Parts: sequence; structure tokens; C-alpha cells
Amino acid sequence: MLEVRDLHASANGREILKGVDLTVKAGEVHAIMGPNGSGKSTLAHVIAGRPGYEVTRGRVLYKGQDLLAMTPEARAREGVFLAFQYPVEIPGVSNVYFLKAALNAIRKHRGESELDAMDFLSLVKEKAKLVDIDESLVKRPVNEGFSGGEKKRNEIFQMAILDPQLAVLDETDSGLDIDALRIVAGGVNQLRTPARAIVLVTHYQRLLDYIIPDVVHVLLDGRIVKSGDKELARELEARGYEWLEAPAAP
Amino acid sequence: MTPASVAGRGGAPTRPPARSTTETDRYRAEFEAFATGRSAPEPAWLREQREEAIARFRERGFPTIAEEEWRFTSVAPIARTAFRRAAPGEGTGVRTADVAAFGFEGAFEGHQIVFVDGRLAPELSSITTEGGLQICSLADVLSREPERLQSHLGRVVTDAASSFADLNAAFLEDGAFVFIPPGLVVDKPIHLVFMSSRGTGVAPTISHPRTVVVAGRGSQAQIVESYAGVPGAAYFANAVTEIVLEDGAGLEHYKVQRESEAAFHVGFMAVVQGRASRFKSHSFALGGRLARNDVRQLFAAEGGECELNGLFALGGEQHADTHTVIDHAHPHCTSRELYKGILDGKSRGVFVGRILVREGASKTDAHQTNKNLLLSREALVDSVPQLEILASDVKCKHGSTTGQLDPAALFYLRSRGIPEVAARSLLVCAFASDVVGRVRIPAVKAGIERHMREHLPGLRDREIQEAVL
Repeated sequence: MLEVRDLHASANGREILKGVDLTVKAGEVHAIMGPNGSGKSTLAHVIAGRPGYEVTRGRVLYKGQDLLAMTPEARAREGVFLAFQYPVEIPGVSNVYFLKAALNAIRKHRGESELDAMDFLSLVKEKAKLVDIDESLVKRPVNEGFSGGEKKRNEIFQMAILDPQLAVLDETDSGLDIDALRIVAGGVNQLRTPARAIVLVTHYQRLLDYIIPDVVHVLLDGRIVKSGDKELARELEARGYEWLEAPAAP
Repeated sequence: MTPASVAGRGGAPTRPPARSTTETDRYRAEFEAFATGRSAPEPAWLREQREEAIARFRERGFPTIAEEEWRFTSVAPIARTAFRRAAPGEGTGVRTADVAAFGFEGAFEGHQIVFVDGRLAPELSSITTEGGLQICSLADVLSREPERLQSHLGRVVTDAASSFADLNAAFLEDGAFVFIPPGLVVDKPIHLVFMSSRGTGVAPTISHPRTVVVAGRGSQAQIVESYAGVPGAAYFANAVTEIVLEDGAGLEHYKVQRESEAAFHVGFMAVVQGRASRFKSHSFALGGRLARNDVRQLFAAEGGECELNGLFALGGEQHADTHTVIDHAHPHCTSRELYKGILDGKSRGVFVGRILVREGASKTDAHQTNKNLLLSREALVDSVPQLEILASDVKCKHGSTTGQLDPAALFYLRSRGIPEVAARSLLVCAFASDVVGRVRIPAVKAGIERHMREHLPGLRDREIQEAVL
């Protein structure tokens, strides 16, 4: 599904990703862990196509296509989704109606019929339950006046509606209390399907108690220095990142 | 020299030294022809008003950017153009269909009176006198019962207003007169349409429409003033509106300016509010090549409420200048002002908003906000909020921001699959939505939304339109 090869990327002239290699297959959940500034969010943003990053070397293939050559909206239509670490408030834009436009753009691209207002609203009802988000909330302006937890739930709600094939969740757990974390993780778990790949970018192991990853990667200073199974996450929790900070042995 | 008016000016006018007067001479000669050409005798007070106005105009001439009130807007293109007044009947080419194009989706249900090139077009108008409500031609009232106008016409707009208001006073011929009798609640909106035709002559035409609105004690009404022109037509609409709200009256006023892209528009609106009256203004400056809009409001008694909302949406090389004055001359009045500007291309916008809290106007509550969105590197906006407080025990605040589309919001929408052009248009519309959302006449709101859609390519998609709140 996703193949990242020797990816180098910089922002404002500073190199942040220094050769990332990552392969994620359909049905897998990968966790990318690392301390602040290691490049986790940059990796998520480069995959989603956020402007402001320069890819200086390497490539990203998504379903065999050159992902980096696509606009952010083309990536979304091809099934890439980014759950934002800091969801943006957009006053004046309706959360559900913008989602309806987005979903129908994606469906049209896939050659599926567009949903009418009725079908869409029943979909909203169904998916709102998934993350226990109030229906009236999702009908408000995008993220405006939402609490931190509501914003994160709205991200997963949007993911549920848009039904992506590759979902990158950027620190979706940060700022959540344990109840909200359970709800968000529960939503993600229900979206775990054999056809979908999920990349969890996280700072803390806590999220991985609720969403059990297939593979855990440690990103340090712009490189993946270690990969393993869920036990690696526990080890990181216990020992921190320091023991990995020496240059990885060849 | 004229004393400062009650409605106030933004600083003392700096009179330039003797100016080259060929421009003003043209209007003086025109005025003489106009005065001798008028067949019907008119009351002495009106004749005096005209003569005083043209005399002031001769003295002041057109404003220059050396004057504080005009420092962001050069009217040289207006001053140097030899306009002519349209001949009676010249605008008969304007048909119902042309008016309908600006008639708010044809869904406008209410009273409608239409003026073409500044003169009543009876065949396009419905003139009303039901229940004492009077919506008619000013020229009619002046010829039949001028005394009804004596205490209002030229009394709300004071002689210190501007050279353009003086020109309007000198050449005043027709316009709308709306009288809402005390206690009447008008259930349908009143639409005053000022259309400009292409004219049949070579020189561009000039019109000086005057609107007088008297909202009687305790009455309630909605009035829409529309200014529009046949597409491509070059002309100058020099409008003056005078509004009196008697005690306890409520008036919702809309001005929708969709002049042609080659037109000049100068509009001066003066509002005087009686005790505990409520005035809401919604001003949309969307058209024209060069447009200037003045709003001068005065609380003439206690307990009034005033809300000024405005949007200017400009592109190409359009220039639109808005000056507002809210005059808290009495205690216990509340004012809210929100003006937003959207500027694309090489357009230039100006917002100068002055709130004056006079001595003794305690318990004044005034908020003013101006927000501008620049969509291009070459667009420019000047925003000057001014708060002058001479009273104590008041609550006042103002703020002004100018920025570009939020790149984070743009990426957020795109990351969900919304194409960039649609995402941009959506964000532009969202920026305007709080001003547009305050429009309470559905047909007017639809008309403004249609204008926005036509100018924002990304909004062609119906689903994107639906996403605007």
C-alpha cells in the first residue's frame, strides 16, 4: 500500500527527514514513535502533501503510484487520509456539508454514485455513533468551539465518513483524557479492516494499549532506527529513547 | 466657511488654495442651464438650497487627496470626465428584464420603485399609498406638496457633507420618498432600484438620485436601495440618502451596490435617530470602477441602537472607499459595526470608521470591527478605525485585522479531497458569511450569494455552496 524509500525532506532549509524507509501493507497498523522533533509529524505531513516541505531525495509510492507528484486533494481522492494533530477551526464552513462535498468528490473519483442529502445524513448518524460524537456538534462550523477531545473525535468521525485506504493519524492521542482516548481508540479499532492501512504517529505508548499495532517503528533524528512488534513500544515506555540515540549499528 | 455639522467630519477639511477651476466651471455652467431649463416653479427654500450648494461646490471643488477625508481615494477620474445629465426618456431602453437581473432572483416580494438614470420609471414601478405608507417619486412630491419635504430634504445631510452631496443638492431632480406613518409595521420589504442605462449619447451620463426616508414614531420597515447599471455602461451615480428615524422607530436598511464595472458611484447616507430607535444598515459594495460610500449616523436622543454591517468584495482594478461615522451624542446608546473587505486582483479598498462619543454620552456601548482578506499580492487595503471618547463611563472597543487566506485551513480542506480552487472560494465565502448571514430578506441574501458565486469560480459546485454557513 505505502512504500517510503530513502525519504529526505526539509522545511525552511533545514533537513528533518534524513532517509526514511517504511513499508505498510493493507490491513496493517504501524506505529511510529519518537521524541519531539524527530520528524514524526513531518513524515505525516509529507505523506498528506502539506505545502511547505521540500522533498530532496527519495520517493513515496502509494498503491504503486508516485504519491509525491499528486496534489493533497488528489491524494485524498485516491484514499489517503490525515488525522491532524491540531485540527483547524474554520468558521463559516459547515463541518458536515464540507464533508459531503469531500465524500462525493471521492466517490465520483472512484466511479461510485454520489450520495444525496438523505443518504448522507444517515451515514453521519451511523458514523457519529462510532466515536460517540454529538450529531449537533458535527453540524457546526468545522472544529469551531470544539474542545480538544471533540476535535480529535471529529477527525476520526471524518475518517469514518471518508473511508480511506491509508489513514495517517498524527498524535491523535495527545491531549486526550483516558475516557476520550478509549473512545477515539475504539473508533479507530472499528475502522481497522483488511483493506485499510493505518499509520499511528504517537509520542506515548499509552495509545498502543488500546490500538494494538502490528509493527512499531522508532523515528530518531529523521531516520527509522529500530522496528519491532508491540513489545518495542513497552520497552520504549520503560527505557525512553536514549538507549537508541547512538548511531544505529550497520 | 461652513461650521462643522452635527454629523461631524473626520477632522477639519484642509481647503486647498485656489484650484484650477475648469472642472468646477463646467458644473456651474451646467447648473445655470439646469436652473433656467426647469419649467415648474419651485419653492424658495429648495431654490436656495440648490444655489447654496452650487456656491459651496464652486468654493470647494472636487476633493483632493490632500484632504483627510479623501486621502486614500483620488476622484480625479470623476473630476476630469465631462458627464452630461441623461435626457428625459433616454433610459427607456432599460426594460423589466434589465431590472430583474438585479431584482434579487425575481423572488423579491415587496414594494418596488425603479429609477432609471435618476428619474422615475413608472412602467417599472409600483407606487404605494396603502395604509398611509407612501413610496413614491420625490419629484412628484416636490411638484404637488413640497411642504411635506421641507423639514427633511437637505436637513439630514448637512451642508458640511461633501462636494458630491453639494452637487447632488444642486442638481436634485428625482429619487425616492418613503414615508412610514407612525405605528405602521410594513410587512413587506421596500425596494428602491436605481438603474443606470448605457445612454444614447457619447459622453457618459451623471445622475443625482436623492432618497428621503421618514420612519414615523414606532414604525417598522425594511428598505433596500439597489444601485446597478447595464453591464459595461460608463456613468456616474451620485446618490444621497437621508433617513430620519423618529422615536421608537425600527428600520433595517440595505444598500446593494452592483454598478457596472466601468461606473463611478458616490453614495452619501445620513441617518438621524430619535429616542430609542433602532437602525440596522447592511451595505454591500460589489460593483463599480471607483466607489465611495459614506455613512453618517447620529444619535439625536437617548437609548438608540445602531448596527452597521458592510462587505466590500473587489477584484480587477476596482477601488472602493467606505467612510462611516457613528455619533454618540446622547447617553445610553449602543452601536455595533462590522465591515469586511475581500480584495483580489489589483483592487484597493478603504475603510475609515469613526466612532465619536461626545461629552455627556455616558453609558455608551460601542464596538467596531473591520476585517479584510487580501487574495492577491497586488491588492491593497487601508483600514483606519477611529475612536474618539469625550465622555466617561462608556464601553467602547474596536479592532482591525487584515490577512490572507489561512494556509492551514486551505490545506485542511484539500486534505479531505476538496479541490484547491473550491477550497479557496469556500474560505472566501466563509469569511463573508457572518456579514451575509445577517441579511434577513431571503431574496436579497440570495442575490448577494449569486454575485459571490459568479465571482468565485470554485463555488460553481452546488455542494461547495452548501458548505457555506
